[in-house]
Amino acid sequence: MQFMLLFSRQGKLRLQKWYVPLSDKEKKKITRELVQTVLARKPKMCSFLEWRDLKIVYKRYASLYFCCAIEDQDNELITLEIIHRYVELLDKYFGSVCELDIIFNFEKAYFILDEFLLGGEAQETSKKNVLKAIEQADLLQEVRPAPLKP
Amino acid sequence: MPAVSKGDGMRGLAVFISDIRNCKSKEAEIKRINKELANIRSKFKGDKALDGYSKKKYVCKLLFIFLLGHDIDFGHMEAVNLLSSNKYTEKQIGYLFISVLVNSNSELIRLINNAIKNDLSSRNPTFMCLALHCIANVGSREMAEAFASEIPRILVAGDTMDSVKQSAALCLLRLYKTSPDLVLMGEWTSRVVHLLNDQHMGVVTAAISLITCLSQKNPDEFKTCVSLAVSRLSRIVSSASTDLQDYTYYFVPAPWLSCKLLRLLQCYPPPEDGAVKGRLVECLETILNKAQEPPKSKKVQHSNAKNAILFEAISLIIHYDSEPNLLVRACNQLGQFLQHRETNLRYLALESMCTLASSEFSHEAVKTHIETVINALKTERDVSVRQRAADLLYAMCDRSNAKQIVAEMLSYLETADYSIREEMVLKVAILAEKYAVDYSWYVDTILNLIRIAGDYVSEEVWYRVIQIVINRDDVQGYAAKTVFEALQAPACHENMVKVGGYILGEFGNLIAGDPRSSPLVQFNLLHSKFHLCSVPTRALLLSAYIKFINLFPETKATIQEVLRCDSQIRNSDVELQQRAVEYLKLSSIASTDVLATVLEEMPPFPERESSILAKLKKKKGPGAVSVTELEDGKRESGELNGSGERGQDAAAMAASNASTPSPSADLLGIRSAAPVNAAPASAGSLLVDVFSEVGPAAPSGAVNDDGFLRFVCKNNGVLFENQLLQIGIKSEYRQNLGRMYLFYGNKTSVQFASFSTTVSCPGELQNQLNVQSKPVEPLVEGGAQIQQVLNIECLTDFSDAPLLNIKFRYGGALQNLTLKLPVTINKFFQPTEMASQDFFQRWKQLSQPQQEAQKIFKANHSMDTEVIKAKLLGLGMALLDNVDPNPENYVCAGVVQTKSQQVGCLLRLEPNAQAQVPVPAAGLPSL
Repeated sequence: MQFMLLFSRQGKLRLQKWYVPLSDKEKKKITRELVQTVLARKPKMCSFLEWRDLKIVYKRYASLYFCCAIEDQDNELITLEIIHRYVELLDKYFGSVCELDIIFNFEKAYFILDEFLLGGEAQETSKKNVLKAIEQADLLQEVRPAPLKP
Repeated sequence: MPAVSKGDGMRGLAVFISDIRNCKSKEAEIKRINKELANIRSKFKGDKALDGYSKKKYVCKLLFIFLLGHDIDFGHMEAVNLLSSNKYTEKQIGYLFISVLVNSNSELIRLINNAIKNDLSSRNPTFMCLALHCIANVGSREMAEAFASEIPRILVAGDTMDSVKQSAALCLLRLYKTSPDLVLMGEWTSRVVHLLNDQHMGVVTAAISLITCLSQKNPDEFKTCVSLAVSRLSRIVSSASTDLQDYTYYFVPAPWLSCKLLRLLQCYPPPEDGAVKGRLVECLETILNKAQEPPKSKKVQHSNAKNAILFEAISLIIHYDSEPNLLVRACNQLGQFLQHRETNLRYLALESMCTLASSEFSHEAVKTHIETVINALKTERDVSVRQRAADLLYAMCDRSNAKQIVAEMLSYLETADYSIREEMVLKVAILAEKYAVDYSWYVDTILNLIRIAGDYVSEEVWYRVIQIVINRDDVQGYAAKTVFEALQAPACHENMVKVGGYILGEFGNLIAGDPRSSPLVQFNLLHSKFHLCSVPTRALLLSAYIKFINLFPETKATIQEVLRCDSQIRNSDVELQQRAVEYLKLSSIASTDVLATVLEEMPPFPERESSILAKLKKKKGPGAVSVTELEDGKRESGELNGSGERGQDAAAMAASNASTPSPSADLLGIRSAAPVNAAPASAGSLLVDVFSEVGPAAPSGAVNDDGFLRFVCKNNGVLFENQLLQIGIKSEYRQNLGRMYLFYGNKTSVQFASFSTTVSCPGELQNQLNVQSKPVEPLVEGGAQIQQVLNIECLTDFSDAPLLNIKFRYGGALQNLTLKLPVTINKFFQPTEMASQDFFQRWKQLSQPQQEAQKIFKANHSMDTEVIKAKLLGLGMALLDNVDPNPENYVCAGVVQTKSQQVGCLLRLEPNAQAQVPVPAAGLPSL
């Protein structure tokens, strides 16, 4: 996967994750172009489209669009389920997630994504294991860790 | 689940985000942000040292502002400070900031790397994961330099926690993608491959992405992964849906891992080991069977996960392209999806079938779905699905269904989306040409294309129809009649005027007998369009007019009148003015004979790769399967045919013909396409053809010998050239020894990796010729050239040529190329001078049948004495003057030097110019 974007129906970017090195200017250009393209599509249309030399896989959940760019040989359907699994993770963590959760806790959304996908590839697909890792981290937030062993 | 209070612990951040959301306008938002930035800046600069919490909060605010799309130019230092905090939550925010907002400030990178190093060696898995995530997110070269050697160790160490292994694997993958030269697997290779056997499914899932990428680059080193992947896949495929616990997704066992395993196997050919292969085929059959089972859940996630595996399995089946049974089953399965109610599945089925269409085993099976696909083209509501349908029609087209498919694509074109029209036009044009049985159908199709989508018909397309009409005299009359009719339309596309002008200028006479299309009617029709056209089209029309004067003397007065009027002869455009003036003068002073010579009908164009195919390839990139598959054996390199030189000849001729040496004189000099037989004999291949007994139609497997024959009579030049690579040769021979310099030039801007060459002497040649080469550097930088020296020794006489095999990786894809090296026996000729008497005495001595060879052949080019002499000298023999009583004949003598013996050779070439069928006889005695 080359990047993942979350944006609202109004076109506001809520989360961006880039797995390839690009300049800020390019990122903004890509984002603008893709948000426009995806928002212009009708609901019943297929979830995949060719864009430049990449494949775009997107899905809308309530007011949010989840949009991934994958390479030619990557699998569209499994990418669609990557999106779904991420939504499930957010949902489980926040308890029936909504756009506001992601706005106010954007850092958490990033942490969960990093546990699930790393470098654009699935790192851990088990829902239980990802949430366990996040929970552990949350526990560490509360307590000052014991001094480290040498 | 922890109860998450909004922005827990960071109230200030939540308040700030609320403020931003409450802003009524963009200006208000910017104002609020600037206020906050000023506040943070003053806090960071203030005298009072900030505590960790405040630092974290401000860094987080900066991050939020950045993610809103504003530039952030400070705060990096504070974020780096957070990295070394003892508090996990502060460290975490620090890492997040760095991951999102890296700055290649070298001072900072050193500090970041230091913090990462500390965390990696902390033995605290949570900290280690944070550090690894950061490396994977940033993936910069500096990080690769610092950590590429450390991470493989973490990945394979026995005491590393599973979660850390997972992060390490993908972290390494990211570094390998950015800096492959720094990630050296070496001793770790086998242990990394064995991660496929790991008990923890998460570790396998992460590791396999790394292994797949490494396998693509170094297939040999990683090939043991094939059997491991097959057995892992087999275990998953045969497991019950509950066996894998949390790795089962909506009743589908480990769909992500399954897809990745199938993807990894696509890096390799089918397994050689029968047992492994059997097991894999079993897996693939099971996957196909499961597609027919009733779904275990109605949820779309279930069917998506299941079908994701199915499509990946089909990709593997297509990749192997060796199991007819599986290919046909795959095709039937996709056929079912073509009518599925899910748009996504229809889309993917069309896409996947496109590649199936190119397999000989499934091409026919794909064709049975033609009606469904045509229906998809007509009725799908989503343009991206229609596009796939059009691609598939193109891929499944062959002689049997071409007319139907072309007709459907033409009718689709009338309503097609603008974004895909140009590509559709190219595809229709290619199919029409490729499968044209009668060329009137071809002409109709192209003219229809221009009528329907004239704006999208590129130059290449209309150039091509003219080339074909000129080359086939059976269609010229029809073409003239059809363009004449097409031009009757009140509004015609300018491209139609161009084609019409050209064709009527050449072949208008073929329909002039009919009073409805008499010369004057034709002229008036063309001229009625003149004023609506652009300058290049007008220039073309002017040339058509002068051709009319030649074809139909009765139009001369009318046309001269037109040329003479101010709007032509004083036209402000130099090109038009010049044509008008020159044509007017030409028509007034030249005699009919001169006019007829100058304005003669265009000679046929040489057959070569269709320029439109080249254009489509350029559009789609070299990887487009549908295009490369269809191109068949038509592939040939333009440069190698010497078309470069001929192109110039043609330009020169166009100039002399039309008397307008301007570069925009397009009518006769259709750029890349050039007439061949009327061109003055170029120094191309003259006797080369003569000595080629093989003839052009002897494809020797995959060996490319396009350039070979040209080197029979010369030692230096370009042996091979394509879009990526150019190979030049310099060679010198003395006695029975030779030295050849090969120059490999990288024509791209990208590095060639794993560049290697081998020279082999197949069959008997290994006892006849000794070729030694030094290995070349494995990397060829973009734009660079490397040199290789070959030492050649001729042991005894030989007739085959050594083969040069070149392999390299370009953008990840392996390129493999085999060329015949132009080492021929005549290279070892030593010229011998002798007197007439001597020559004929020896000639008579060589009277036994095996000592003599005679060949009568037709010269392909006009016979120019100097050119023939140059060729014979190039052959390596001495050209003897005053030997043959007939001065027209050429006589040569030489000795072939081999290690084992010396062989004297005599040659006579007797051209017969008068008969137009030259009958030279070449005596080539041996021994």
